Amino acid sequence: MKTLYDKIWDAHIVVPEADAPAILYIDLHLIHEVTTPQAFAELRRRGLRVRRPDRTFATMDHSIPTTSRSLDGFDDMAAKQVRRLEANCKEFGVPLFDLNSPRQGIVHVIGPELGLTQPGQTIVCGDSHTSTHGAFGALAHGIGTTEVGMALATQCLLARKSKNFALHFDGHLQPGVTAKDMILALIGQIGTGGGTGCVFEFSGSAVRALDMEARMTICNMSIEGGARAGLIAPDDTTFQYLAGREFSPKGSAWDEAVARWKQLPSDEGANYDRTVSIDVSNLEPMITYGTNPGMSIPLTGRVPAPENAADRAALEYMALAPGQLLLGHPVDVVFIGSCTNSRLSDLRSAAQLLRGLKVSPSVRMLVVPGSFEVKRQAEAEGLDRIFKEAGAEWREAGCSMCIAMNGDAVPPGKTSVSTSNRNFEGRQGKGARTLLASPLTAAASAIEGCVADPRRFGGLS
Amino acid sequence: MKVSSRVVCVPRENIDTDQIIPARFLKVTDKAGIGEHLFEDRPDFRVPKGSAILVAGGNFGCGSSREHAVWALMDFGFKAVISTGFADIFRQNALKNGLLPIVVDRETHALLRPDTVAAIDLAAQTLSIGDGPTVTFPIDSFSKTCLLENLDELGYILKHEQAITAFENRK
Repeated sequence: MKTLYDKIWDAHIVVPEADAPAILYIDLHLIHEVTTPQAFAELRRRGLRVRRPDRTFATMDHSIPTTSRSLDGFDDMAAKQVRRLEANCKEFGVPLFDLNSPRQGIVHVIGPELGLTQPGQTIVCGDSHTSTHGAFGALAHGIGTTEVGMALATQCLLARKSKNFALHFDGHLQPGVTAKDMILALIGQIGTGGGTGCVFEFSGSAVRALDMEARMTICNMSIEGGARAGLIAPDDTTFQYLAGREFSPKGSAWDEAVARWKQLPSDEGANYDRTVSIDVSNLEPMITYGTNPGMSIPLTGRVPAPENAADRAALEYMALAPGQLLLGHPVDVVFIGSCTNSRLSDLRSAAQLLRGLKVSPSVRMLVVPGSFEVKRQAEAEGLDRIFKEAGAEWREAGCSMCIAMNGDAVPPGKTSVSTSNRNFEGRQGKGARTLLASPLTAAASAIEGCVADPRRFGGLS
Repeated sequence: MKVSSRVVCVPRENIDTDQIIPARFLKVTDKAGIGEHLFEDRPDFRVPKGSAILVAGGNFGCGSSREHAVWALMDFGFKAVISTGFADIFRQNALKNGLLPIVVDRETHALLRPDTVAAIDLAAQTLSIGDGPTVTFPIDSFSKTCLLENLDELGYILKHEQAITAFENRK
């Protein structure tokens, strides 16, 4: 009796765990400009090559401009890092989806979009939100730069097995409540360290009912609950999403792959070290009020009283008072984007509210698609016009204001409602105050100029 | 590996890697001098130079996988961090760079005040606190061997090249 995690783990053991950790084979290694230069330097120092350039794919996303695809006049250090990635990929034979490629985008958006991400795989990337790919039933987690070097040189990592942690979501979501609200509620319940040492497996009827993009939103934020990886068992929704994508298996290979993938779900009666169940039927849209993603409340709720010095410091940083309603709290910036919520369905959901309306004059709104392809599709259905006519900025694909490395930043002391994944102090810019929420809540807040409830706008399914 | 030093403390829980090293300092292509920006945006976490042991609150190093956080701590002069718990990726990154992540219980943690002298003996897995107790701490035996014998993990995997090739041929 094995869990999904047990099955993927067992299928990738090159050398079993004993006194030493297991040597675990990596099927797919995604790389980007920020966490690789020192890894390539180490390979060069040791005279090593990239073992499997055919299993390694590079893109640029973290520090690139989203105002245009040109690095002319851009931040010198960022431009140098991007150029270094180009040179490293050329030298080591790694395929690169660069700024001019129609395959470029946030690494966790393009992997699934291209069909590189597949059920049953092991996937790593020097980025903690690699957990996103777990939505496909792939064991995917973030690694540091030393491990990037190991994966480049050996296609393997040293690993110890984590614990199995089942997160069971049942019930039906109410209109205006989304996958983002589910994961914010969960992290609020278990805390940011709640999943340390574990791999999450999300299950239950409320997870089954989600489309792949919503599932990615949930797995994306596993790391915010302390788990390096979060998994969802593949099903017909998964297979339909992957069918026909560029790197998906074709013809008889596809049929064989689907037959194999159908064996992946956890066996009935498989053992989990820990289980948490949540009924989503009465879940409200969620929003964060503090400085870690576990500090969340229902949108209509009040800021809780601090329990310790860290809570007090968080409220002071956020300029919020205990007992305060967040609804109606003034907002300066709204950001729709990031590997959590920058896919087509996220943009559609924001556009649905903004259609024919204006962004409040006191708000700067940035809409940053997750990939070139997301941007192309959004433009094909006219979403860009809705955003632009509302007064929002429509950008090129990248991480942008989620990590604020590229000049897209929230000014000091200003408050943003952001669809990204982290509300840490300074995450969106030095002194920035971040409220994490769904694309619906973000769009409603942009219109109202303050934290607003998307359910007031009606017409939500 | 033995470390003896007065400790410095950042006792807050959940200190994420964005606090340790803000993202704008990740545009580097090497590791040199990165310690200058340790806790750059957190004046309340700034600690004097000269100590080799940082004492931090629980879930230290949560958030981003940036190894720059470990590089910054080491470049600043730290050889060990003591906490009630570490985030998974940070702990891995620390061990791979020779920064010792030492987990202690809350009672032991409470004994570690600023300027307490602590002595760490990795071989014995002990932490001795000033005039106070000596406690043992857990560490994965493989990581311990790697640190004590200066073994190289990448070199270790490369020694299993044949097993990797055999695995690839089976797939």
